[in-house]
Amino acid sequence: MGRNYFMILTVLSVTLLPILSLSFSTDSPTDRRLLVLLDDLSLKSSHSIFFNSLKSRGFDLDFKLADDPKLALQRYGQYLYDGLILFSPSIERFGGVVDLAAVLDFVDSGHDLIIAADSSSSDLIKSVATECGVDFDEDPSALVIDHKSYAVAETEGDHTLIAADDFIESDVLLGKKKIEAPVLFKGIAHSLNAANTLVLKVLSASPLAYSANPNSKLSSPPSLTGSSISLVSVVQARNNARIMITGSLDMFSNRFLRSSVQKAGSPRKYDKSGNEQFVTELSKWVFHVRGHLKAVNLRHNKAGEKDEPAMYRIKDDLVFSVEIYEWSGKSWEPYVANDVQVQLYMMSPYVLKTLSNDKKGLYHTSFKVPDVYGVFQFKVEYHRLGYTSLSLSKQIPVRPFRHNEYERFITAAFPYYGASFTMMAGFFLFSFVYLYHK
Amino acid sequence: MAVTKTEPINSSSNKPSSSSVSMKSDLMSALSLKSLKLKTKQQELLIRVSILCLVYVLAFITRLFSVLRYESMIHEFDPYFNYRTTLFLTEKGFYEFWNWFDSESWYPLGRIIGGTLYPGLMVTAAIMYWGLRFLRFAVHIREVCVLTAPFFASNTTLVAYFFGKEIWDTGAGLVAAVLIAICPGYISRSVAGSYDNEGVAIFALLLTFYLFVKAVNTGSLAWGLGSALGYFYMVSAWGGYVFIINLIPLYVLVLLITGRYSMRLYVAYNSMYVLGMLLAMQIRFVGFQHVQSGEHMAAMGVFFLMQGFYFLGWVKHLLGDKKKFEALLRIIVTCAVGVGAIALGVGTASGYISPWTGRFYSLLDPTYAKDHIPIIASVSEHQPTAWSSFMFDFHILLFLFPAGLYFCFKRLSDATIFIVMYGLTSMYFAGVMVRLILVATPAVCLISAIAVSATIKNLTTLLRTKSKVSQTGSTKGASGGKGSSKALPDQSQPFQRNGAIALLFGAFYLLSRYAIHCTWVTSEAYSSPSIVLAARGAHGNRVIFDDYREAYYWLRQNTPADAKVMSWWDYGYQITAMGNRTVIVDNNTWNNTHIATVGRAMSSYEDEAYEIMRSLDVNYVLVVFGGVTGYSSDDINKFLWMVRIGGGVFPVIKEPDYLVNGEYRVDKGAAPKMLNCLMYKLSYYRFGELVTEYGKPPGYDRARGVEIGNKDIKLEHLEEAFTTSNWIVRIYKVKPPNNRW
Repeated sequence: MGRNYFMILTVLSVTLLPILSLSFSTDSPTDRRLLVLLDDLSLKSSHSIFFNSLKSRGFDLDFKLADDPKLALQRYGQYLYDGLILFSPSIERFGGVVDLAAVLDFVDSGHDLIIAADSSSSDLIKSVATECGVDFDEDPSALVIDHKSYAVAETEGDHTLIAADDFIESDVLLGKKKIEAPVLFKGIAHSLNAANTLVLKVLSASPLAYSANPNSKLSSPPSLTGSSISLVSVVQARNNARIMITGSLDMFSNRFLRSSVQKAGSPRKYDKSGNEQFVTELSKWVFHVRGHLKAVNLRHNKAGEKDEPAMYRIKDDLVFSVEIYEWSGKSWEPYVANDVQVQLYMMSPYVLKTLSNDKKGLYHTSFKVPDVYGVFQFKVEYHRLGYTSLSLSKQIPVRPFRHNEYERFITAAFPYYGASFTMMAGFFLFSFVYLYHK
Repeated sequence: MAVTKTEPINSSSNKPSSSSVSMKSDLMSALSLKSLKLKTKQQELLIRVSILCLVYVLAFITRLFSVLRYESMIHEFDPYFNYRTTLFLTEKGFYEFWNWFDSESWYPLGRIIGGTLYPGLMVTAAIMYWGLRFLRFAVHIREVCVLTAPFFASNTTLVAYFFGKEIWDTGAGLVAAVLIAICPGYISRSVAGSYDNEGVAIFALLLTFYLFVKAVNTGSLAWGLGSALGYFYMVSAWGGYVFIINLIPLYVLVLLITGRYSMRLYVAYNSMYVLGMLLAMQIRFVGFQHVQSGEHMAAMGVFFLMQGFYFLGWVKHLLGDKKKFEALLRIIVTCAVGVGAIALGVGTASGYISPWTGRFYSLLDPTYAKDHIPIIASVSEHQPTAWSSFMFDFHILLFLFPAGLYFCFKRLSDATIFIVMYGLTSMYFAGVMVRLILVATPAVCLISAIAVSATIKNLTTLLRTKSKVSQTGSTKGASGGKGSSKALPDQSQPFQRNGAIALLFGAFYLLSRYAIHCTWVTSEAYSSPSIVLAARGAHGNRVIFDDYREAYYWLRQNTPADAKVMSWWDYGYQITAMGNRTVIVDNNTWNNTHIATVGRAMSSYEDEAYEIMRSLDVNYVLVVFGGVTGYSSDDINKFLWMVRIGGGVFPVIKEPDYLVNGEYRVDKGAAPKMLNCLMYKLSYYRFGELVTEYGKPPGYDRARGVEIGNKDIKLEHLEEAFTTSNWIVRIYKVKPPNNRW
């Protein structure tokens, strides 16, 4: 998205600069073009509700078979899509020029990804997930089984259809409206790689769940058990690319979206499962409709001056400001929070101040440069759950006093001034007396 | 009252010291020689002036080999910093220079350049530049910088002439000027392009000494003031001024002890010390050190001692009674010593008087730096001097030096005592540190010149006065020169004339060998800029390796303007001056911890090093590698110093981890930590694929003559950005952290 819009922006900016500077609407972070890779095209109808909801929200969906020989993510160095939905769990090799590295490059250049696996998942899909910090169960026949919080059905099954309601508590990820009904899940388990600090569990299994083959007797304890099993996970990469990983492709299906649900042991029966709300809200997050912040106009200047200096002096008073906006899906709205901080940083923070905001997106503070010279940085490191991380830094050297910035006369030194002047006068008098007194 | 009473008497030398007698007689002999042919006086002046002019030109042009061989460029490491600061000075003016805070070096600490350098050199060059500009010579500042050192070397020859004249006679002065003009010990630091502090400092050093000796000889306040100004220039130019401020008090002390105290000495020392100290305080880098640092306390102590000495003389004069005076003396001396000791003790304990610095200690105890301060010991020019380099730098002067000392002792005067002390102390220091040969060179030249001049003079006197043998004998006895008398034990021997001729030829032969040696050394050894390397190809042709500049220009052209480059500190000045990029550490080794951090990064595993580099915001890493060309002063050979310096601050780095049985090796038998540390990986990355020499396996390191031990090097957090055509400089880019982890 970036390049195209940027080009338009450049063209427009010549004529529309005053208008543009007032609104940011042309600079939208939301994805537009999505590529959906399918195992077979019947998924298009079996998951039509999810796809239609995406379409109705303005996304351009491009359905392709995962082994389409003309498959390509980029052409002439430009990416053709902003997001990728991998609904092709059993694909062993992508068609065309796409492979594992191409998918990862796609993410590493700032694009978003949804991966849905299921019991028939291929090594390829699993390795994409592994590269994103999530490990699916090694056992190909294992499913998540929960004998406690399964979804009640007419026939007593093998308890692989799970009614999960252990959501992450985040309005940004799952929307403001609480998801009441449990989410139906039938698929494979995955766990988070402990080395990865960016991956999050959005929907976890209950403590009594485990991952095993439902059709055979357990010969050894299951490798994944309890709430370490994640049903749906998300990753927000360092470049703010977002990835959603789930072990159940059925979760998005029309059948699950329309189905009623009753969690075992719970008296309440919901007419409609929480799936639709869950996948809709989460897809909004993944495709940057929600939770996208931007910081602009990082400014600093000496107190009482307007221009940004190239260098500060120690003990200068300075004013620092930055504007932070949140994308609402249609426009940039002021972001209001009271926990944005700025650091004046040189190997460690010398100043750490919370910024106050004017509710219109402008965050500002003023402070004194410490009595230390060196090459400092203004740093705003703002990492909040669900939001894109803001990590701004601006280098600014701080110099010591110039030779003429010290005080000219110091009160404490008056005895010395007195001494030298009396000395001079005394010497003069002495010479005079000695030379001319007979 | 007493001062004024004694001064006029003293300045007209009330007690005829032996020095003035010898001087007078010397003058007499010189006069009597000249009075033989009155007309020659003008001829002699003409000859003397033309010799001096020739020497002046010679000293300049013999230093131009480097410009002819290579090009007009700045050499080595420190001169690049000096060049950069001079450029800044000429562009921005003096006040900007004085207050310059440089954010491009020592990232992120920065460096207050104005307050941490000796500005003498830059100001000198800038003034010459402005002067030339004013005279409408459109020179580039680089040319001025390149030629500053030769120009000052020429001026030094003039000072040497006057100094020689002051301590001995005109002949010795002329010989000294010639000797110093081409002495390799001095040329090594003053070839064209060697734009370093020493270039002007030796001039200032010799000038100060000359003016001080002149002041002592005349007792004139004006010469004392002159030497104070010379001292000021020296302080502004080089840290070696500490030598002056310790040698002169030592000299004064020796004169006091040997009973040569005079009013002339009193005037000379006090005016020089007080004015010199006040002037030196105006240099920001030196500041209050003259009253606060242990290294300068000797001068202050001697200053007070002189006042005490003078005061006692006055009291003695007033009292008249010897017994009373002795009792008083005892009390006063005890009190003075007590007060002095207490003051020194309190000052040191309270931290007002700083202790001696490491460099000073290592001068007194050559093994000190090796055990305590690896960063000083790591510099090659701080190593103890080998005998061969004495021979290399002094050649025949090494033999003439003792002979000259002999002559000086034969005709002791205040001036010769000074030159003897200067010679002996500086020779000691020259033995401790290679670079201090430079300080010893003027003294060695002067003393040798005395030997040469006195010998030749005696011989020629013999030749000329063959008919009047008896007269010559008496003149010679008075002048005290007996260098030839060993060879000619009896004046009346019939073949003494032939012997004298033979000896003259011998002297001529030796001196011409000296001239040949000096020229050869200058052209072969001391004219290499060390930033452009030259080698002989397989067919005897010259091969030029211009890799350093290639790499620095690559940095300048291809990296973002605010990129930070990490390298070992040797290359810091060059990267900032030529590459115009920020460096973490540079040759101004003021912050040991910062250097140790870089040393630690270089000697850690890649992932640990990555953390350190991230914390320092490093974007590029630059290493110097000589394995392809056989260039031996590369980073792998310096690596043990990085380990030592790093380990000195961070004990996690241990030297034995990099050694196998105390042996440093890079082949298969190397220590595992050595084979996987960052420096090894960066130096030898992809080197295993390369065949460097016919008939050797791939990955054969020509600098160390072994096949490397780790040929399969994979980099995780860094990627190769640039390697110069001969692999001498390799630049790596530090990757950003993994996007998804």
